[in-house]
Amino acid sequence: MGTVIVLITLLVGLLSGLTAGLARENISAITGLPADRLAFAAPPSGQSVSFTNSTVTEEQWRRWSERPGVTAAAPLGIRTLNAAAGDRTAAVSAFGTEPDTGLAPSPPAAGRAVLSESAAEELAVTTGDAVRLGPLELTVAAVAGDASYSHTPVVWTSLDDWQKLGRTGTTAQEEATVIALRGADGGEGADWAAGDETVGTEARTLDEALTAIGSYQAENGSLQLMRGFLFAISALVIGAFFTVWTIQRSGDVAVLKALGASTPYLLKDALGQAVLMLTAGTLLGTALAVGIGALVSGGNVPFVLEPLTVLGPAAVIVVLGVLGAALSIRRITAVDPLTALGSAR
Amino acid sequence: MSLVLDSVTLTYPDGDGRLTALDAVSLDVPAGTLTAVVGPSGSGKSSLLAVAATLVTPDRGRVAVAGTDTAALTPADKARLRREHIGIVFQQPNLLPSLNAAEQLQVMAHLSGRPPKAVRGRALELLDAVGLADQAHRRPHQLSGGQRQRVNIARALMNEPSVLLVDEPTSALDHERGAAVMDLLASLTAERGTATVLVTHDRAHLARTDRTVTVQDGRLTAEPVRV
Repeated sequence: MGTVIVLITLLVGLLSGLTAGLARENISAITGLPADRLAFAAPPSGQSVSFTNSTVTEEQWRRWSERPGVTAAAPLGIRTLNAAAGDRTAAVSAFGTEPDTGLAPSPPAAGRAVLSESAAEELAVTTGDAVRLGPLELTVAAVAGDASYSHTPVVWTSLDDWQKLGRTGTTAQEEATVIALRGADGGEGADWAAGDETVGTEARTLDEALTAIGSYQAENGSLQLMRGFLFAISALVIGAFFTVWTIQRSGDVAVLKALGASTPYLLKDALGQAVLMLTAGTLLGTALAVGIGALVSGGNVPFVLEPLTVLGPAAVIVVLGVLGAALSIRRITAVDPLTALGSAR
Repeated sequence: MSLVLDSVTLTYPDGDGRLTALDAVSLDVPAGTLTAVVGPSGSGKSSLLAVAATLVTPDRGRVAVAGTDTAALTPADKARLRREHIGIVFQQPNLLPSLNAAEQLQVMAHLSGRPPKAVRGRALELLDAVGLADQAHRRPHQLSGGQRQRVNIARALMNEPSVLLVDEPTSALDHERGAAVMDLLASLTAERGTATVLVTHDRAHLARTDRTVTVQDGRLTAEPVRV
């Protein structure tokens, strides 16, 4: 049984690290933004906001910046396209912003690009090299951060350059995808709902905004469902094991009851053994997951090795296992001590 | 301190009716005496032992263990009474496979919430008393049948019980080993002052008992018969 617990913990640990790694590649550019809210263009009735369909105008970010309690309203353009440098190409996400907004890890001036480490690695460029982004030829101003969006590395450009990558509207007015908003008192000092109504946008927290990335919802939902099933399966397997264990020990339990052991004592004793076995098995499985995770996370596998992804699943397995064991061990209450008398064991 | 059964009647469900296992049985076992209960299979011997051990509640009658009337006791109270005042020697040794001989005895302290290490000295003393001083570290599968039965007896004495209930202790032993176990029970009863009830169908060893009663169809038919 210890082996089963170790293997289940290993599986859940690896899946959790992989889920977190894939999520990071999908959303780290958004979750890393220094903003309290992202304002999307209000979608047509019945539709949800999405980065793909959102286009905000200069008028909107200007009006947001004039709202009381709003300390910053910076346009942010997002577009996925191919980048090239020499004979190397890579799919990247171009994030266009104005230089003084502080959204980019290093201010992107006109004609220059700030590449994330992954983008620089894929394109094999460094500071001072040229990189082609759609119709633009940009110079790498810096390599900073490791932000990703929708599984593509981020390339920061000026908003003007980003708009040259392809306008979505028919007018010549300034456009972006969303507006990064900051409010006074950590965002508590602004009335976001009133601002949305006035400006015609939908402001979301960074966590809420993640659902606007189409691929994230589908991918993360599937992986979380797998994790959920694994947790449920582990509880059932552990429960089934302790059911068999309890049945096998029913003879000993009858003897102990006949000798004067109280039912609460026997339940506590059995549960204590279950907790010990679960904890030991889970610790070993977690250690293996950490070891394997450390090996693969340096390569191309998106794997996140953090306390939350490692210890979180372990704790859940222990808790669910104890619940499964507790349900199984309750059979001890039904063991008749009379069977110890005159029985051939 | 003794064991008293007063007009005890016990019935079991049997199809549409009830089967009478014990019919108004009265038995008084004084401290320091060994009483043998004999009778054919199905006569009620095991039922008598189960009632005396508080494992079964009789339909009628009174059972008193070490001066405590068991009628009003809760299951938890009965468990405590068994821990503190009743020692049971099972027909089969019923030893816990993962424990060695000394630990089989020490577990009795654990059941009472005491640290097993605190009673290791007493466990070794009892193993010495049953002739197993040098077998304390052995597990059940490393012991002979007779040795396992001796551990079984020593375990029953671990909490210094007032009442010792012994169920067919020689059924799995040859005559020589059976006689040795009977000698041991008789001497321990006298030395430790327990009220000992021995259920057996083997009349070969009755000479070592203080008295013998016979159970027939749930009734004590020869009470008491001094051997």
